[in-house]
Amino acid sequence: MQQSISAHVSDHTQGHEDQEGIKLLGFWIFLVTDCLLFATFFAAYAVLHTHTNGGFTASEFNVPNFIIETFILLISSFTSGIAVLNMHKGNKKGLTQWLIVTAVLGAVFVGLEVKEFMDMAAEGATLSQSAFLTSFFSLVGAHGLHVSFGIFWMIGILVQLSRRGITPVTKRKISMVSLYWHFLDAVWIFIFSVVYLMGVM
Amino acid sequence: MQNSHFFVTGDPMIYGADVSIALVSVAIIFYLTYFKKWGWLWREWITTVDHKKIGIMYLISALLMLFRGGVDAILMRIQLAVPNSHFLASEHYNEIFTTHGTIMILFMAMPFMFALFNIVVPLQIGARDVAYPFLNSVSFWLFFLGAMLFNISFVVGGSPNAGWLSYPPLSENDFSPGPGQNFWIWGIQISGIGSLMTGINFVVTILKMRTPTMRLRDMPLFSWSVLSSSIAILGVFPILTVTLVMLTIDRLLGGHFFTMTAGGNPMMWVNLIWMWGHPEVYIVVLPAFGVYSEVVATFSRKRIFGYSSMVFSMIAISVVSYYTWVHHFFTMGAGANVNIVFAICTMIIAIPTGVKVFNWLFTMYRGRIRITQPMLWVMAFVPCFLVGGATGVMLAAAPADYQYHNSYFLIAHFHQVLIGGVVFGYIAGMYYWFPKIFGFKLNERLGKWGFWLWQIGFYVCFMPQYALGFMGMTRRIYTYNDSMGWDMGWAPLNYISTIGAFLMGIGFIFQVWQILYSIKHGERDVTGDIWDGRTLEWSIPSPAPAYNFAILPVVKGRDAWWYQKEEMQKGNVHKEAVKYEPIHMPNNTGIPFIMSVFWFIAGFGFTFEWMWMGIAGLIGVALTLFARSFQYNTDHYIPVEEIEKTEKARKNYGSVHRTAN
Amino acid sequence: MVYLNSTFYYHDSRNSIPLYFVKGDLTLRKWIQTAKLSFLALLGMALLSGCDKSNFIVLNPKGPVGQQELDLIIISVILCAIIILPVLGIFVYIVIRYRDKPGNKAPYQPEWADSKILEVIWWGIPIIIVAILGVYTAKTTINLTKPPVKDVKPIVVQVTSLDWKWMFTYPDKKIATVNYAEIPAGVPVQFILTSDAPMNSFWVPQLGGQEYTMPGMAMGLWLQADKIGEYFGSGANFTGKGFAHMQFRVKSVTQDDFNQWAAGIKKNSPALTDKGYKQLSKPGLEKELSFSSYPKGLYEDIVNKNGGTYYDHMSHMGDMGSQSSMSSMKMEDKK
Repeated sequence: MQQSISAHVSDHTQGHEDQEGIKLLGFWIFLVTDCLLFATFFAAYAVLHTHTNGGFTASEFNVPNFIIETFILLISSFTSGIAVLNMHKGNKKGLTQWLIVTAVLGAVFVGLEVKEFMDMAAEGATLSQSAFLTSFFSLVGAHGLHVSFGIFWMIGILVQLSRRGITPVTKRKISMVSLYWHFLDAVWIFIFSVVYLMGVM
Repeated sequence: MQNSHFFVTGDPMIYGADVSIALVSVAIIFYLTYFKKWGWLWREWITTVDHKKIGIMYLISALLMLFRGGVDAILMRIQLAVPNSHFLASEHYNEIFTTHGTIMILFMAMPFMFALFNIVVPLQIGARDVAYPFLNSVSFWLFFLGAMLFNISFVVGGSPNAGWLSYPPLSENDFSPGPGQNFWIWGIQISGIGSLMTGINFVVTILKMRTPTMRLRDMPLFSWSVLSSSIAILGVFPILTVTLVMLTIDRLLGGHFFTMTAGGNPMMWVNLIWMWGHPEVYIVVLPAFGVYSEVVATFSRKRIFGYSSMVFSMIAISVVSYYTWVHHFFTMGAGANVNIVFAICTMIIAIPTGVKVFNWLFTMYRGRIRITQPMLWVMAFVPCFLVGGATGVMLAAAPADYQYHNSYFLIAHFHQVLIGGVVFGYIAGMYYWFPKIFGFKLNERLGKWGFWLWQIGFYVCFMPQYALGFMGMTRRIYTYNDSMGWDMGWAPLNYISTIGAFLMGIGFIFQVWQILYSIKHGERDVTGDIWDGRTLEWSIPSPAPAYNFAILPVVKGRDAWWYQKEEMQKGNVHKEAVKYEPIHMPNNTGIPFIMSVFWFIAGFGFTFEWMWMGIAGLIGVALTLFARSFQYNTDHYIPVEEIEKTEKARKNYGSVHRTAN
Repeated sequence: MVYLNSTFYYHDSRNSIPLYFVKGDLTLRKWIQTAKLSFLALLGMALLSGCDKSNFIVLNPKGPVGQQELDLIIISVILCAIIILPVLGIFVYIVIRYRDKPGNKAPYQPEWADSKILEVIWWGIPIIIVAILGVYTAKTTINLTKPPVKDVKPIVVQVTSLDWKWMFTYPDKKIATVNYAEIPAGVPVQFILTSDAPMNSFWVPQLGGQEYTMPGMAMGLWLQADKIGEYFGSGANFTGKGFAHMQFRVKSVTQDDFNQWAAGIKKNSPALTDKGYKQLSKPGLEKELSFSSYPKGLYEDIVNKNGGTYYDHMSHMGDMGSQSSMSSMKMEDKK
């Protein structure tokens, strides 16, 4: 089967190569809609951030924690970039290693975020305490869920990579996950500045 | 609260419905088993990734939902026909208007629209499939199981009853406890994700899958309308998703986005839901405009008038539609300046819409108008939509809206634009492309009965409602004259309106009869070009072969097929021996269906607040996604011999080409 | 003229069957005749029932606010008619003249699909119409945020929508009513609206348009009755089970009668206590009720407990609140 497909690709204008390009375009459009998803959560946060119901306010965020989180995510974005560079060089080993580093950094980030949420909950600052906290946990939590999903996705791709090596299909998948990862990084920059920095200042 | 009893009880009508649902289900299962159709169902339909079959499934679902929503409408009209009626209790009436609105917009109009997208777009742009056939199947099954989830609320758990847009705080736990409201959230959420994917799919399909020689500026207007509608879907469905997530967080996790307590802000819901809700109206009406453009040009035997203007106006509508949402709540006290801006934006949207009407009229002008079934519906649309549009402009004048808002004037207006604009358009589209997908025409005579019953019924039903609005009757009241001793003189007009609703219902029955009758007796389409069409879909046989086009068509301008026929008539086309090549097609797959079943399980679990079940369902969704990612053998090639065999079977290919005079 | 003749020709040859009919068979024709007749009969019924103009309360306003809104309604109807009627005419004409039937002599130009002049006309006309209507809309919108008359001291009535009843509190008189309100005729009334239940909408069609009542918000709505009379009011935004029963009465009386009525309530009616309000605010229906007093700051408490502390209400109430309380103090002085 594999052979017959590659035989046809050569004399076809609409071959496999093209299909991977179309999939990548669709993913870009998906990211636009995901962007709107976060924008809506941001809008809700903007409306509700003063509605603290006499409880936890934005000035009480754990500063070192969110700064470390930010650095880890920024570094992971960088490492995912190195992974893609390795992919273009055709270096499967380097690609695999850097993807693993990226996924691990992502996991650390999620771990820190979970810890932050638990600490807040221990102080009584739970999601149901005030509208402010509802919008905070939803916005930051939505980002955290995206990151977690990205980690599992990377693991899946790593398995495929080890089985099949760098092919047009795995290439496209890695480009997608790395795009996704940079996108989450960009969203985090907004969360970092709008939620955390403006909160504590 | 209602967790004590899982099944809805207490009303003879519901028992009746339960029994009939059970009987129908048993009958279907018996039929499938007895005639050994399960394998066929699975192979040909459930696992299909063929856009034409998916389109057919959308169409059938839409008609079923039109029936359900229509029954809701009839029940409401029976209740309101006379004052002090005890046909329905208050809660029951509230459930019915909630499900009526939700079903008609989300589970009738949307799938009807997607049916047309799927059936027409690839054929019209000379493509062999949509950009993402797998995703297309996911979209359909998400829609279908979302709709089913919503509909089973009738039998288990209880229906939602806070209105089709479920304003909080009424839709929050404090005022609407129990699974009913959750059914609303999850039914829409699941099908909404499907709609979003369809949006992405068709944007890419239109941008990337057109036959290489078709430039965007030569693309048929229906495809343009799908493009503008899909772009609007991308812009607003994420907002709907998040808004529903927020209400879920409030109801399931004790959040305070929209509650009355702890700083929640119900006004934020009203804004968010209409940021989706208003463009949504244009999302459903734009493809109907596309249908009108195709039908008018074909049956006037004339090029569409002002093509560029038509394209521009559609884009203008989809852009301006983002800036009109506040007109749904001028009365929320946003302040004079905000109201003025949104009032004027709303009026502005009437300008491109009006221009389209002029262009349709001047397409007919100096044409040769054939009054066929699709054309009949277009002709009914023009006056109906003009009046509906005019009342829309009246509603847009903010201070006047203070008097119309939430009254029957508003009800009459939006039914007039949604039925007169959207439903008439989709029905016209159905009649127009029916021969293309099924290979036979729908019976004219029964169709005309249906048509006239619809038309008369429509005006009898909704014109009195404008008057009722001026008489101060507000929407969503289940009874009148029953308390405080007010007799406002609403009774006679309500009675008339109910008669109209029944006429429309009978009209619908005629249409169902028409379809069933035509399966056996409908005029067969042997040419593939039964209407003497202008665009590419008419250049291939009806029904279209799985691969649509054996050879990707060459397009030299607008109305490609029309001019190709002219050339053929002049004898300028040289019959060359065509050399077929193997065609690359996607494989069928069961994953979309299985994934959607997991979504259904998740939705059902969260609806009853059984977290274990909800989370298990979501894990299932993730696992199916993974399974798909590991599938590499996803396509196949149709060999040349098979294509040759199919193509030889075509008869009288493109032989009909009549010109007027 | 030629066109007109051809119109008649069609009518004659087709026995006045609706024109977009191709080959109607006999039963269908008959059926349509009956359908047409019954439709006309229904229309007649509708008109007859509508003959009683007083039933169309939106078109029969009894105060300056409703009157301004009616004026805008009429302007918008006229402006829309300017477009709709000619277009309908053109539509009928085109459909008749360009039917595809043998012997139709009308010109056929299948390639004619563009005309800059025509395009300019039909982009231009709607733009002009929208511009005119936009100006009127803006004017009326701004006007309605101000008291309808300037030289009369307004009064304030606070409105709270509950499940499923209306409570009116009079901050000047310190009395409260349920499901009915009395106002002095010829005096602008600033209704200040809130809700202690899901949001509703306060609508007295003959005095003027509605506005939402929302938890945590206090929003002003100017209304005024010119003459004495009794006006129908209702909740317009769905709030659940008892929503259909949320009608209320607004009675406009002379200033003297109004004062007397208030004094009578002060003297004869029971007081609304905190406990009483709690009882009242529970979901359920209620008759018309009057109370000689209500707990101090009740209305403000209702607004604040539902999130009112997060919003700035002064912009909605205008600065009339203080003035009207002054005026009412003067009125009390006179007594």
